[in-house]
Amino acid sequence: MIEFLQQLINGLAQGSIYALIAIGYTMVFGVLRFINFAHGDVYMLGAFAGFYTAPKLMGLFGGGPSYAGAALVLVSAMSICAVIGVLIERVCYRPLRQHPRLTVLITAIGVSLLLESGGQYVFGADPQAFPEIIADAAIEFPASWGIFSTLTITIGQVLVVGSTLVLLLVLRTVVLHTRTGMAMRALSLNPMAASLMGVNLDAILSFTFAIGSAMAGAAGVLTSIQQPSIDPLMGINAGLKAFVAAVLGGIGNIPGAALGGLLIGLLEALVVGYVNPTYRDPLVFAVLILVLLFKPSGLLGKPEREKV
Amino acid sequence: MRRLNPKILLILAVVLAAVANVFSSSINPYYYDILITIGINIILAVSLNLVIGYTGQFSLGHAGFMAVGAYFSAWVTLNFGFVLGATVPATTTVYVLALASGGLVAAATGLLVGVPSLRLRGDYLAIVTLGFSEIIKGVIQNAEPLGAQRGLGGIVQHTDIFWTFTGVALAVYGILALVHSTYGSGFLAVRDDEIAAEAMGINTTKYKVLAFVIGAFFAGLAGGLYAHFKQFIHPEGFNFLKSVDIVVMVILGGMGSTAGVCLAAVILTILPELLRAVSDYPWLPEPVRNLADNRMILYSVLLIVLMLNRPQGLFGKLNFGSRKS
Repeated sequence: MIEFLQQLINGLAQGSIYALIAIGYTMVFGVLRFINFAHGDVYMLGAFAGFYTAPKLMGLFGGGPSYAGAALVLVSAMSICAVIGVLIERVCYRPLRQHPRLTVLITAIGVSLLLESGGQYVFGADPQAFPEIIADAAIEFPASWGIFSTLTITIGQVLVVGSTLVLLLVLRTVVLHTRTGMAMRALSLNPMAASLMGVNLDAILSFTFAIGSAMAGAAGVLTSIQQPSIDPLMGINAGLKAFVAAVLGGIGNIPGAALGGLLIGLLEALVVGYVNPTYRDPLVFAVLILVLLFKPSGLLGKPEREKV
Repeated sequence: MRRLNPKILLILAVVLAAVANVFSSSINPYYYDILITIGINIILAVSLNLVIGYTGQFSLGHAGFMAVGAYFSAWVTLNFGFVLGATVPATTTVYVLALASGGLVAAATGLLVGVPSLRLRGDYLAIVTLGFSEIIKGVIQNAEPLGAQRGLGGIVQHTDIFWTFTGVALAVYGILALVHSTYGSGFLAVRDDEIAAEAMGINTTKYKVLAFVIGAFFAGLAGGLYAHFKQFIHPEGFNFLKSVDIVVMVILGGMGSTAGVCLAAVILTILPELLRAVSDYPWLPEPVRNLADNRMILYSVLLIVLMLNRPQGLFGKLNFGSRKS
């Protein structure tokens, strides 16, 4: 029982990371109807942005691990990723908006490969140790809690889940209660009608990419707090899992992406804990295939018919 | 100009391969290696072109089918290689049977993968095929009889110029004959407009699955040739990046242009070797040499620039014969 609870906690922390990345997939899909393959690599860039800015920013707070410094690193990585996301959209996707979807898809794969191999070229292919920006340790529970005091919850895990919750709430406010958010929702319902009503398509798309990439950047830093080994190919696997999460929740649906991320994280933790770690990746793909076969619209998505 | 009958061309190609084979011992082993790799890559690219270029279904899992063919045919020769005795005709029989069965098992896998995933389109299909090829890799990595994570070694070398280019001729001829036949126009119809094709009474699912199965068969064949040339195969040799290599060949050559794709396969096999030579020039500055060492940077930039400026590929108009595809 207590071990099961422990697996759930581990899964929740990993699932938060997937949820943050999945939101970027789902937001871009919502407005542009295409999968931004390079999104997982933006997450990788977020981790490296943290890696390179942390020594400077942590220096402002005495150099040692501190929460204020960590928050600053998180924000700077998010801003860097937002800029990168906007640039990718501007340079690679915008000129192709009227082209067949296959062309855009191939470009997206090209961008993803470029970020991976470019990352290997610039950062080096070997894994690097992410600096310690917070003092990560297990939280001590009082012995009076009985059996629950044997649970291992790290500060990193609490921070990851907490930051994810905060970011999701901010995102919810932006999407539901601002004019920009309304424009975004309008675009995803009907791009043509929205632009006729005066929605600035280019600006909203840039904004969408900025938000999605910032979320991925945050995920990159938050992962690195828990697993401080980062390498230029870390985005491939995480990106694919997050994509599965987005599809599971219903692609185009933001709460669905968060839910899907958590579910995938929990599934992984349970497979690792009770079955066999080598089956972790194949099983996630099996989930994807099953979802696409039996409920292509996902858990929270609405079915959509293709029209001529 | 009167064109030669394609069947005569096919026989000519096989004869030419047999003649070239006689001289294989006088070829520098390094060039010999490249030559065989070119042949195998042409088969892979041409078969993927049937799926992507002619039928318009974006598959990112071609290396998975290649892995199935490579492992199955290697398993056949390793386990049944001595059943018929060790004489030359007997081992050749086993070899040919192994290649054929490798292709067939890959085709069966293609059917298994294709039937569920071809209900999807575009982006989803790309991810699902990628997922399936990862699952295939995962199964091999856990299969003890296939060497699991260590890879499978000790395979007899039997692939030579004759067998490789006979395979190339069969793949090119088979796929061209198929898409240029009346029956084969269905593939192009599915690619050009799926909804219209369906309205005209074409069974689009059948065509998509068929393209997938035939593509997988030739990929499996290429895998068998590869296994019996390198004598050692490893699950990581059939990963996502291998699939991307093949996709780049198809896109660079021009989707739906068999001749262009063949040419691209040749170029993209030689290019990394040339780049490797460049990265050895000591007088070049270090960053340039490192850049030459990392061919994926070049491939990805090539993909993006091509898609932005020339989506039909470098040789998009090029084709064998004059018939339009």
